[in-house]
Amino acid sequence: MSSHEHAPVGGRLLTPVTFFCVVLFILALAVLGVRFVHGLGSVTHLNDGYPWGIWVVADVVIGSALACGGFAVAALVYIFNKGEYHPLIRPALLASLLGYTLAGVGVLFDLGRYWNFYHIFMPGYASPNSVMFEVAVCISLYIAVLWIEFWPAVLEKFGLADAKKKLVGTMYIFIGLGMVLPMMHQSSLGSLLIVFGHQIHPLWQSMLLPLIYLMTAVLIGYAIVLFESCVAAAGYRRSIETHLLNPLAKVMLGVLAAYLVIRVGDIVARGALATAFQFNLQALFFWLEMVCFALPFYFVGSEAMRRNPANLFLGGLYLLLGGILLRINSFLIGYMPGDNWSYFPSTGELVVTVGLFALKIAAYIIITRRFPVLPREQHAVAA
Amino acid sequence: MHHELKQLAAAWAARPVEERLGMSRREFMTFCATLATTLGLPTGAHAAVEQAMDKGRRPSVIWLHFQECTGCTESMLRAEHPTLEKLILDVISLDYHETLFAAAGHQIEAARKQAMAENKGKYLLVVEGAIPTRDGGIYCKVGNQTAIELTRECAADAAAVIAIGSCAAWGGMPSTDPNPTGATGVHKIIDKPVVNIPGCPPNPYNFLATVVHFLTFGSLPAVDHLNRPLFAYSRLIHEHCERRAHFDAGRFAMEFGDDGHRKGYCLYKLGCKGPETYANCPTVLFGDAGAGTWPVGCGHPCIGCTEEGVGFTKPIHQLAKVKNLEPPVSYPRTREEQGKGVSLGAAAVLAAVAGAAAGAGAMVARNLGKGSGDQAPGSDDGGKSGPAGN
Repeated sequence: MSSHEHAPVGGRLLTPVTFFCVVLFILALAVLGVRFVHGLGSVTHLNDGYPWGIWVVADVVIGSALACGGFAVAALVYIFNKGEYHPLIRPALLASLLGYTLAGVGVLFDLGRYWNFYHIFMPGYASPNSVMFEVAVCISLYIAVLWIEFWPAVLEKFGLADAKKKLVGTMYIFIGLGMVLPMMHQSSLGSLLIVFGHQIHPLWQSMLLPLIYLMTAVLIGYAIVLFESCVAAAGYRRSIETHLLNPLAKVMLGVLAAYLVIRVGDIVARGALATAFQFNLQALFFWLEMVCFALPFYFVGSEAMRRNPANLFLGGLYLLLGGILLRINSFLIGYMPGDNWSYFPSTGELVVTVGLFALKIAAYIIITRRFPVLPREQHAVAA
Repeated sequence: MHHELKQLAAAWAARPVEERLGMSRREFMTFCATLATTLGLPTGAHAAVEQAMDKGRRPSVIWLHFQECTGCTESMLRAEHPTLEKLILDVISLDYHETLFAAAGHQIEAARKQAMAENKGKYLLVVEGAIPTRDGGIYCKVGNQTAIELTRECAADAAAVIAIGSCAAWGGMPSTDPNPTGATGVHKIIDKPVVNIPGCPPNPYNFLATVVHFLTFGSLPAVDHLNRPLFAYSRLIHEHCERRAHFDAGRFAMEFGDDGHRKGYCLYKLGCKGPETYANCPTVLFGDAGAGTWPVGCGHPCIGCTEEGVGFTKPIHQLAKVKNLEPPVSYPRTREEQGKGVSLGAAAVLAAVAGAAAGAGAMVARNLGKGSGDQAPGSDDGGKSGPAGN
């Protein structure tokens, strides 16, 4: 975490992009106002068959998975001792921080009795055998850990070198927690679905769901680093860290290959493959998901293709889409509560979800412009 | 003459109890079992009740009347299982009762004093009616004694004191605001423990069961914080109400004579005080007048006559405070919506997001691709990444 690695990007905070994002967020706030005054039913299309909608699936399940960059890169740097990826840690950590914090806040919107939220922190209310309890506790703890992990950047910004030194001295504890906690709850998000039993379509219902969810969380972590580096490079007109992203893409492909072997092997072993060839929504979305998982091999599979940053970007993007689709498919498309139940998010739900993602983008831009997060540029960049 | 009377009474008591009560042995057994059940006594206790009544021990009872309508006494006289005039003359020795006695004036006052002297410490004192306390209690006098004086005098040597009716229990109707006479209940006047049998009038069997308990066990039954016997007043009327199912289902009569009222729906919204009134009316009914005849059974809301602060205080049609359960402001739908489908707005938002994302993605990819294309020939990119890569 040496200070020479990172630097603020600088520039104006109010740009058309940040302005547009803030407007979207204000729209979301308006919808949330209605939700908190008149209740969930007034805004959402949730019903007794579908008590979880996109606020849970997109804001929490997908939001926290997209925030796995910090965890995935930290695993490379600290567990596999690949120090060369260190410059990527802070931006990934910032994305994780924003993603997890807003996932935690997003849970509040979906809680019917949100005023009881603090019960999760009270031992008297704890139900240690519950998967949901584990997810909730791990996510809350991990949010705290992420803030601590990111804190050196803030101290650096305000020139508090002594404080930063002390904090960095204890950082190994938080790095350890920062590895364990996401592994616990990202896998548990899959375990949640096991509890649903036959209500989940056989293409997704599996005892391997915890592993599937954990591996895709790691994959999404690498993909988001590719994606975010490319977008930051394009958006800030910076040079792209191809020398870091290329080997990272190779690591990513290795994990992806392992994942696909496990995923397809599991479907075949459970005898669920036939359901993929039926003509229905589930099968269609299953193939969409699989195609998204396969496309990165085309885009970043060869050294030649990887040389073009656009392919790195597209490879990361399709892997992201694959991970997102897996979560949407297993939580909503492949979720079958019984005859006649249906769910499609309402306008209000979509506005809130879009607003939350917009807030993340705005916050990412504002923080990277003012705090030392992104890798320091080697050369002056043409404005 | 007094001696002859006593002989007569002894001869009467010597007859078999069923003959004395004018009922068959079977009816007598049933009656004892019913009383034991009313008291909430364990199985087999009816035998003890039988024995006690068989003995014809006849405790002396002094019955005082103050500010009241004599409704409690009237209700007792209408009891039919067995007819209470038989029971009241047989099971107990009613030595003083202003309504029932043929005698009057000095004669009856003398009888009271004699009975009190002869049964000192053993007689039962029953008080019917509220006791006025304002201005020295001058608003109710019998034999030139105020109600306060009479109550204290009679209670001094009584084995037990029973306050029958709401008036004696806490002041009842006479104590309703503005309470001009300062009417109050017996327990406020004397220091002795008092068993209250509130009601307007109370079910005679609640009174009778209390007396029989005293007869059988030599003590008064267990009471609640308002001195009401637990066997009769420990449960809300609401708990055993025959219309309770309608309450739980949210079916209410909204006004007298409407469709719900005719169908026998719950009377809660007509002001029924069953949910805040403790009494056993739904199980023993009211006044021994026959099956189903109690206020709620007849289609009138309970007025809460056994409950201080409810009966004669709250307006009859005011909504009761439900003590064991608060109904929610609204009930869940009986048929859940199963999903609303895709709305035009949602589809538009989703399409816009997808379009914007696809467009932005394409733009980013194109810019990145162009950048690499432009930079590759000039080896600018190589210059950047080369040193850092090493």
